[in-house]
Amino acid sequence: MHVIESGNVAAATGVKLARVQVIAAYPITPQTPLTEKLSEFVEGGELPAEYIPVESEHSAMAVCIAASTAGARAFTATSANGLLYMNEQLHWAAGSRLPLVMCVANRGVGAPWTVWNDHQDTISQRDLGWIQLYCADHQQIHDTVLKAFKLAETVSIPVMVCYDGYLLSHTYMPFELPEQEEVDAFLPPFAPTHFLNPEAPRNFNSVTLPDVRPDLHGNTAPGYMEIRKTLQGDLRRSLTEIEAIDEAFGEIFGRSGTPFLEPYCCDDADYVVLCMGSLSYQLHDVIDTLRDEGVKIGVMGLKVYRPFPDAAIREALCGRKRVIVFEKALSYGNQGALYADVKSALYSAETRPAVNNYILGLGGREIKTQHLYDALTESINNEAAIGDEPQWIGLKL
Amino acid sequence: MDKDKKTTILNLTDEEMVNPGNRACSGCGLGIVYRTALKALGKDTVLAVPPSCLTVLQGLYPVAATKLPCVNVTFASTAAAATGVRAAMRATGRDHLNVVAFAGDGGTGDIGIQALSGACERGEDIIYICYDNEAYMNTGVQRSGTTPKGVMTTTTPIKGKIQHKKDVPSIIAAHGISYVATASAAYPLDLYDKVKKAVSMKGGTRYIHVHTPCPSGWGFAPRYSVKIGKLGVVTGLFDLYEIVNGEFSLTGESAKSVGKERTPVTEYFKTQRRFSGLTQEIIDEMQGIIDDKWAAYTA
Repeated sequence: MHVIESGNVAAATGVKLARVQVIAAYPITPQTPLTEKLSEFVEGGELPAEYIPVESEHSAMAVCIAASTAGARAFTATSANGLLYMNEQLHWAAGSRLPLVMCVANRGVGAPWTVWNDHQDTISQRDLGWIQLYCADHQQIHDTVLKAFKLAETVSIPVMVCYDGYLLSHTYMPFELPEQEEVDAFLPPFAPTHFLNPEAPRNFNSVTLPDVRPDLHGNTAPGYMEIRKTLQGDLRRSLTEIEAIDEAFGEIFGRSGTPFLEPYCCDDADYVVLCMGSLSYQLHDVIDTLRDEGVKIGVMGLKVYRPFPDAAIREALCGRKRVIVFEKALSYGNQGALYADVKSALYSAETRPAVNNYILGLGGREIKTQHLYDALTESINNEAAIGDEPQWIGLKL
Repeated sequence: MDKDKKTTILNLTDEEMVNPGNRACSGCGLGIVYRTALKALGKDTVLAVPPSCLTVLQGLYPVAATKLPCVNVTFASTAAAATGVRAAMRATGRDHLNVVAFAGDGGTGDIGIQALSGACERGEDIIYICYDNEAYMNTGVQRSGTTPKGVMTTTTPIKGKIQHKKDVPSIIAAHGISYVATASAAYPLDLYDKVKKAVSMKGGTRYIHVHTPCPSGWGFAPRYSVKIGKLGVVTGLFDLYEIVNGEFSLTGESAKSVGKERTPVTEYFKTQRRFSGLTQEIIDEMQGIIDDKWAAYTA
């Protein structure tokens, strides 16, 4: 079915079609319309799920963690400071290997207060052990929610679905809504092997020691470090699952083929812009203009940030003259986090492109097409003048 | 509590839900509370436990002392986690199971009170048991909101705690939940019957606050845990009561004390090193508070 709806509703309909069983959420702008829609689905009887209107984001994630441990498919959504209030719980969910899905309508982080879009909230949460997926439009939001549940339950790792606050969460766009039967064929019911069950009692997340330790049968059980190594290994292996799920999704829904990077005009490009979220689509106009001027340039939208698809990045970017990383976040005191990750991925390549870093759109600062054009022209023409320091676009003082 | 239904040592179930040889300290009051409560809860129960002495008592991976399924959760989230377990039970057709949060006093009345208040306001179908050993014992006896006035802890090491004990069960009762009770590790059968009653009142939030002597934290020999717990009750300092749908009544030993002369509270203070810094002024103040409270009970 073809519909025109907001990004938040695109997410909510994905959650509904995924037959989520437990939803817990606390209001925060710009996530609220998503959870309002879900409560409407539940109260109206369209979605047979438990909706828990908790007293904080910390508790929202607590409910999801416990519900998932008890064997239910669970979901929450948040933004900015709400995400950060969950921080301890996010680590807990990953360490406990729970297949939760959480939408984050990306928003800048206080202080000072801002409710508008940038990526600092989720980028600051990159080291949790969660998978982080980024969306460029409403169709991707909807599809990514469905793929996120499949992925989370395949690899037993929680997944964040990130999309730009306001720019995507509150704008209306057309997108395809699949039939319930199609989604059911793609995403079977959640069937965990271990869950809270008096018939087979287990003690989850108990205290581990620095060293390995025998269980009651004399078998050596892992210590904390082995458990953490397993999480890292499974996160790296989930890159393969992301590709497989993208393909399986395409077979049913007809949309697939760019699991990690979504290129635009990149086939012959000497210059490639790399960014995340809706910005990659905004850049299409700039790319078209520069192409008209004879510049061989393209843009790639990165859809998976954790685990970092370094092999795909190398394959996509080696052989280019220059890569320009646009970011709505910063690892304060260093550089853009994505910029540093891209450089790290390229380090092992025999021939490496030059890489530049531009910071833009923080706290919702308007990203003007002219500014993007100017920055790219500067990067291409004055490459020697731009060092390793991140350049700021759109500053007015 | 209905006198006809009181459990005695003769008809108490033999079934144990806690394995012997757990990691509790010698003389630990929680050992009694946990064993007794789990006997009353029975097999069809799921537990949520935050970091606390109970985390240690339950054992280190891959060994566990409890025969019940348990999810260990973050410090501030116990009641919310129990909420999530209940939601999952409803969603997966296992709503008949007891969902029980089991937390210490800091995890309940300090860092966990936001989640607990939220769960009580929503009327979540959970049983919440707080074992109150009156300080952060697992981390080495730091003061908590429920530490009594004048008590020496490692964070009130010279003058003792300046403030009075936070009355957590009254705060919870103010939410208007269906069942609030207090109990003591020294009166396990009273506790057993209260947990049984909580189980029987399925549907709303049920809260039981258990006074739990701690030999290492309170400074007494392990063999005196029960004796000291009883002194806490017979001096009228810690009262055994229940509030059923808003109806308050004293129970057990506290009910028997109404109208009778009580042991002076100083007899309780004398048994524990943590009270060694009490001035006569604080002792008199505490006795005055107890006398006023009991005057209200008998009025």
